[in-house]
Amino acid sequence: MNIDGCYAPFAAALLDPERPPPAGLVTWNGSDPAARFAVYRNNVVAALTAALADTFPVTQAVVGEAFFLAAAAEFVRRQPPRSPLLLDHAAALPAFLAAFPPAQGLPWLGALAELELARVRAGRAADVDALPAPVLAARLQEAMDLTTVHLALHPSVQVFEASWAVVSLWAAHQGRGPVSAVAIDAPEAALVLRDGDAVFVMPIPAAAGRLARLLAEGRPLGDAFDEADDAEAFTELLTLLVRHGAIVAWHASGAANR
Amino acid sequence: MSDPGRLENARPLAGIGLKQQHVPELLGSDVAIDFVEIHAENYMVEGGPRLRQLEAVRDRFALSVHGVGLSIGGAGPLDRDHLARLAALVRRFEPRWCSEHLAWSGHGGHWFGDLLPLPYDRETLGRVCAHVHEVQEALGRRLLLENPSTYVEFAASTWNEGDFLAEVVRRTGCGLLLDVNNAFVSAVNHGRDPWALVAALPPDAVGELHLAGFAEDRDGAGDRLLVDDHGAPVDEAVWALFERTVAHLGPRPTLLERDHAVPPLTELTREAERARRVLHRVAEAAA
Repeated sequence: MNIDGCYAPFAAALLDPERPPPAGLVTWNGSDPAARFAVYRNNVVAALTAALADTFPVTQAVVGEAFFLAAAAEFVRRQPPRSPLLLDHAAALPAFLAAFPPAQGLPWLGALAELELARVRAGRAADVDALPAPVLAARLQEAMDLTTVHLALHPSVQVFEASWAVVSLWAAHQGRGPVSAVAIDAPEAALVLRDGDAVFVMPIPAAAGRLARLLAEGRPLGDAFDEADDAEAFTELLTLLVRHGAIVAWHASGAANR
Repeated sequence: MSDPGRLENARPLAGIGLKQQHVPELLGSDVAIDFVEIHAENYMVEGGPRLRQLEAVRDRFALSVHGVGLSIGGAGPLDRDHLARLAALVRRFEPRWCSEHLAWSGHGGHWFGDLLPLPYDRETLGRVCAHVHEVQEALGRRLLLENPSTYVEFAASTWNEGDFLAEVVRRTGCGLLLDVNNAFVSAVNHGRDPWALVAALPPDAVGELHLAGFAEDRDGAGDRLLVDDHGAPVDEAVWALFERTVAHLGPRPTLLERDHAVPPLTELTREAERARRVLHRVAEAAA
């Protein structure tokens, strides 16, 4: 038998419970291979959904384990992973949940999953040393024109912006306040980053969120400041970034700043 | 290909699979463990605490890197990106042993996260050997290939598993990771004598042993169907097979695997201690 003849039907039947087991399987006692093939089917779905459950604990807590595992199993069958790096697979779950018909009553579910994904990414991002505070202070002193300066942020930094109060909902599930007190219909933003070994989710005002996104995109300080147009948010954001060692490089655009 | 592990193989070494929740206790106390094994894919991250923890663990214990993602038995070519990631991990942490599975996990661009069975025929043999060669080239060292737990067999198979593995060793110079639990599970599932597999393997090629627990089910005919779930203590029948295997091969580094319903560290170290006693007994009898 040629090789695809063995593998392709096996692979197709793994993810489709309606299909019979592939042809060409034998059992020592002549029993129906279906019961044995079911072990592989269960293993595949169990392993892949367990990996998703590890990545999205609050999403699972909010909808309950049974609902989460059913949704995750559906996701696994419709959009199986494409690589052994399962975080790449997990990255597609928020969009799947946002469009998952049985979850339409929870329109913020995808956003909550996005926040959890950002946390996991922050925890695994590359290690880069922060620009030491004295160096940063000296650069600020020296700079002829701050508006043209680009800040490089730590690889763990992610700017989270959502139309729903999922930052508060997530925090409530960490024991910070009652879940029932969360008014979900409000937009929220957060700065997600790793400082040392710890991942932080820090709520920030919407203007600081916009500003952070512009800086993360590599826009110069002047552009970002003009667009965000909120001096208080600007100060608050820079304070957070400095305190958590999230500024890793300072690029002066003009030659005069070198 | 160099094999720094070979001289160590005669010394009784017992290890456990590394679980994140056990790391602080492993580093903070005097745990009687000789080595730890990691699943390579869990450490394919760019940075962060996980890699720092592994560095600390690596300073204290010998390390075995156990891949679950290469799909060596796959029909298609190896995933070069994944192999490069594995090679980078091996360069960085310099484990004493590197192992992977005689299984496939992906097909047609999809990844299944499970170790799937292959037909043992001439065509598969050629492909597995080519893949093992490629892995050993990329890693610059000898790979230990692990025998799988299987639940079905293919009508297309023309070799038994032991002879197939022995032939892969002969053609590629790779070593073997003999999973004693897998040998037992597959033997029960296919109505065979587990010793037939152990006896077919070239003894010098076996560089590591695995022990784990299984779950018990029934097949369509009501016969025992064992599922290798790494979720229970090692079964007494597997301990018996382990003792006979060690008496036959001599002591080999032996690892206790537990991936589900993970108990407190002390329960795993107790099982590792039992394995070490078996290894010692055989080592002393041979001295």
